[in-house]
Amino acid sequence: MRYLPLTDADRAAMLDVIGAASVDDLFIDVPAEARLSGPVEGLPMHASEMAVERHMSALAGKNLSAGSVPFFLGAGAYRHHVPASVDHIIQRGEFLTAYTPYQPEIAQGTLQVLFEFQTQVARLFGTDIANASMYDGSTACWEAILMAARITRKDRAILSGGLHPHYGEVVRTMAKFTEDEIASLSCELKGEPDDAAVIAAIDDKTSCVVVQYPDILGRVPDLAAISEAAHAKGALVIAVVTEPVALGMIEAPGNLGADIVVGEGQSLGVGLQFGGPYLGLFGCREKFVRQMPGRLCGETVDAEGKRGFVLTLSTREQHIRREKATSNICTNSGLCALAFSIHLTLLGGSGLAQLAAVNHARTQAVVERLTQIPGVSLLNDAYFNEVTLVLPGDAREVLRELADRKVLGGVSLGRLFPAQEDLHNGLLVAATETTTDEDIETLAIELAAVLEGVPA
Amino acid sequence: MSGVNAAGWRPTMGEAGEALEKFVTSSGDYGLMLEEPLSFELGAEGKCGVDIDKPDRAPAAGLSKFLRKAAPDLPGLTEPETVRHYTRLSRQNYAIDLGPFPLGSCTMKHNPRLNEKMARLPGFADVHPLQPQKSVEGALEVIEQLADWLITLTGMASVAMSPKAGAHGELCGLLCIRAALDARGEKRDIVLVPESAHGTNPATAAFAGFKVQSIPATPAGRVDLEALKAKLGPNVAGVMITNPNTCGLFEPDMKAIADAVHEAGGYVYCDGANFNAIVGKVRPGDLGVDAMHINLHKTFSTPHGGGGPGAGPVVLSEALAPFAPLPFVTRGPDGGIHLVEEENRGEGHGRAFGRMVAFHGQMGMFTRALTYILSHGADGLRRVAEDAVLNANYVLRSCEDLLPAPFAKSGPCMHEALFSDAGLADGFSTLDIAKGLIDEGFHPMTVYFPLVVKGAMLVEPTETESKAGLDRFIGSLRSLAKRAKAGDDSLHSAPHFAPRRRLDETQAARKPVLVWQGAPGEPGQPSLSEIGGS
Repeated sequence: MRYLPLTDADRAAMLDVIGAASVDDLFIDVPAEARLSGPVEGLPMHASEMAVERHMSALAGKNLSAGSVPFFLGAGAYRHHVPASVDHIIQRGEFLTAYTPYQPEIAQGTLQVLFEFQTQVARLFGTDIANASMYDGSTACWEAILMAARITRKDRAILSGGLHPHYGEVVRTMAKFTEDEIASLSCELKGEPDDAAVIAAIDDKTSCVVVQYPDILGRVPDLAAISEAAHAKGALVIAVVTEPVALGMIEAPGNLGADIVVGEGQSLGVGLQFGGPYLGLFGCREKFVRQMPGRLCGETVDAEGKRGFVLTLSTREQHIRREKATSNICTNSGLCALAFSIHLTLLGGSGLAQLAAVNHARTQAVVERLTQIPGVSLLNDAYFNEVTLVLPGDAREVLRELADRKVLGGVSLGRLFPAQEDLHNGLLVAATETTTDEDIETLAIELAAVLEGVPA
Repeated sequence: MSGVNAAGWRPTMGEAGEALEKFVTSSGDYGLMLEEPLSFELGAEGKCGVDIDKPDRAPAAGLSKFLRKAAPDLPGLTEPETVRHYTRLSRQNYAIDLGPFPLGSCTMKHNPRLNEKMARLPGFADVHPLQPQKSVEGALEVIEQLADWLITLTGMASVAMSPKAGAHGELCGLLCIRAALDARGEKRDIVLVPESAHGTNPATAAFAGFKVQSIPATPAGRVDLEALKAKLGPNVAGVMITNPNTCGLFEPDMKAIADAVHEAGGYVYCDGANFNAIVGKVRPGDLGVDAMHINLHKTFSTPHGGGGPGAGPVVLSEALAPFAPLPFVTRGPDGGIHLVEEENRGEGHGRAFGRMVAFHGQMGMFTRALTYILSHGADGLRRVAEDAVLNANYVLRSCEDLLPAPFAKSGPCMHEALFSDAGLADGFSTLDIAKGLIDEGFHPMTVYFPLVVKGAMLVEPTETESKAGLDRFIGSLRSLAKRAKAGDDSLHSAPHFAPRRRLDETQAARKPVLVWQGAPGEPGQPSLSEIGGS
């Protein structure tokens, strides 16, 4: 077995030192009736690297990869070009095969990366501080709601109708068990986001309002107005950013009054990966630091006075506080945070701004072309790199037919909101710097053909 | 400098370290010991390591009122500067690729590179989670195949694949228990957790809305069955037992515990962090377990990545299986694989307790874990457990004459050897041994955990260490134990040869500096060129 260094001679010599006759003697605490006498039945035996590669490659070959076809999906996961150096660096063994930096003297590489990452996230979000990452955007969103409840000592959260429905499902699932009250506004197929409804729903019992920015339909809510209304009632504003590239172009949520900003960092460095692992981003005001979930890296000095970094404020965390911790999170998304940080370091602020401008321009090109198709209309005038188009029928069937024509044409609102029939004609279309004019033309031609009922 | 003595250490090491520090280079670097500023101190506004086209359109009018006033305040670096920055930083990390990393409970085993290669196939890495199902059949098949392995290896009824890490898996298991109790119309709000448990167990129970009660351990380091039975009652929702436990011991009463808990109407959660000790040897399903998370980043070798990402699928008993969260993959009567989510849960899956994550879980970890499992096969996985346990017992028996092993008299350990710092010279503790190991070129073991042993040192070598590697580690550990018993003060200031000496954690917590305060172009520290030019 290529991964097991012990030889039979080693094993015999070691058993001798231990004073055991056989390896099975070391499993003596396991009751005899629970011990398996041989390999688990019904499973194959070991295989060579070549054989495993063949098996896995065959499975991979059954998927239609995004880069092989015109591709327009978004809804919380975006396809961006990741520079080659990002994946190269994260595969360095010193990063890839290190543990959580519990021994800071020999983990300064990881710790400094986390400190840089926290700084980048805070600056991107316009928040004072940020943590060292969460699992993904949806779990970060729930943790933010819990944190807001701890800070305000109120337990009613309002979810904007523009929140990603899966994030809403995660929140409602968890709240069912913690008995927090969640007021979910419904998503409506309108050009403007539901700012007025969000503001109207805020009352004295409200701990927080959760607003996605840009929202699930691609619209941009007025965070400043919502923040003003929320703060007047003693509620916090949680902004949810599922496309961080947008913040190269539109104002940072923290600069518009958001108290906590969470997000999905997948767009930068991480890739699509069929939904995971992704990267939860979490920033907030400095005064809330002791209520934050997750790991924090802080600057300090060593015994010689040299600058160094450590994990800090761990009295918030489960390994110290146990049932009184702010969260149960332990392992987070360290390597994804590294990838995000490298990509953002390569871009810099001006590069991110230019990347964002290209994303927006590509999306404008999509809108211009697709709205020429009879029966296709644009829902929202304000959008970044994702828009909602309204089709004459259910978008789900259209997307399946487009996939048959080797075009991945977007995300249907029917898939995201199966219970809301009024949304089923909606099609979310995203474009990024990877979207070419040829991709757009192919989508337009095939979409028109599908809508006209032309056979593939 | 004197030679290596019989104990395997150099008596003058401390002094040698001092002498080295007195020599000052003009760069601040010392040979291959390289200092590295923050990226913010290196980068410049407007610099970029990516060539980006100019946008061919002005922003749409609809977006004008939302535009940022200025680009984000983030300096950039070109590609060569970026690669060098991170490569230099990487050299300040210890890693499995450099040597043994015997962190007990964390399972730092070799990460096969085939796994990395497979996870990067475009058919896995470049697939969107919301593509039409027929365009992702291979991805669904990966999930289904891995699920099948996990179910078969554990002897359980089903598995929830979406949890993102171990603690998230614990949460999933406890929520299944809550949902099952709700379905029974019962409101039980207590979860019993042993004193020796991982901190995530009580934290998760509280996160899931339960009250936590602690169960004591026996002098032999096991759950006290009688004490547990005494706490069972109509308000107890279940227990969370780690098996093998955090003392590195198998819980021989596991079945009796499960029977008693079931008798009292509760459920048994098993923390599967240590499944690597028994994979292929014991099926938790045979021990009465109702739910158990499996850390794919421990037992199945997906890389720890400096703190994640992990993955924490949860295997479930018949009793809990119907409550598993959405989305999940299932094989239909037609033999085809189907993705079940909100849209098509229907009546067949109406009891799913909800959703825990935005998408399908850690697909990138599934591909790595499946690759690992297929490489080992049923026979290789059994050998993994055997060699892991053999290696740990070898360390235990090779060091117990110098370091007290509180539970060693009762018999063999499983995959990790537990020592205490009792018997060291006055003023010497586990911390000194740990920091001394750094100077010896090793990552320290887990320290001060589990809490039930004073000055605990939990050593988990894993099966991917060779005997020669273990002998070197044992030599160092024995040498350090002797130095600490002899009162060698140089240990107090260890490490001497790491990129940093002991760091001031008190200052870090008292006045937290969590983000870089300086503005771009105004380095908070002298720049490299300033240091070099002096």
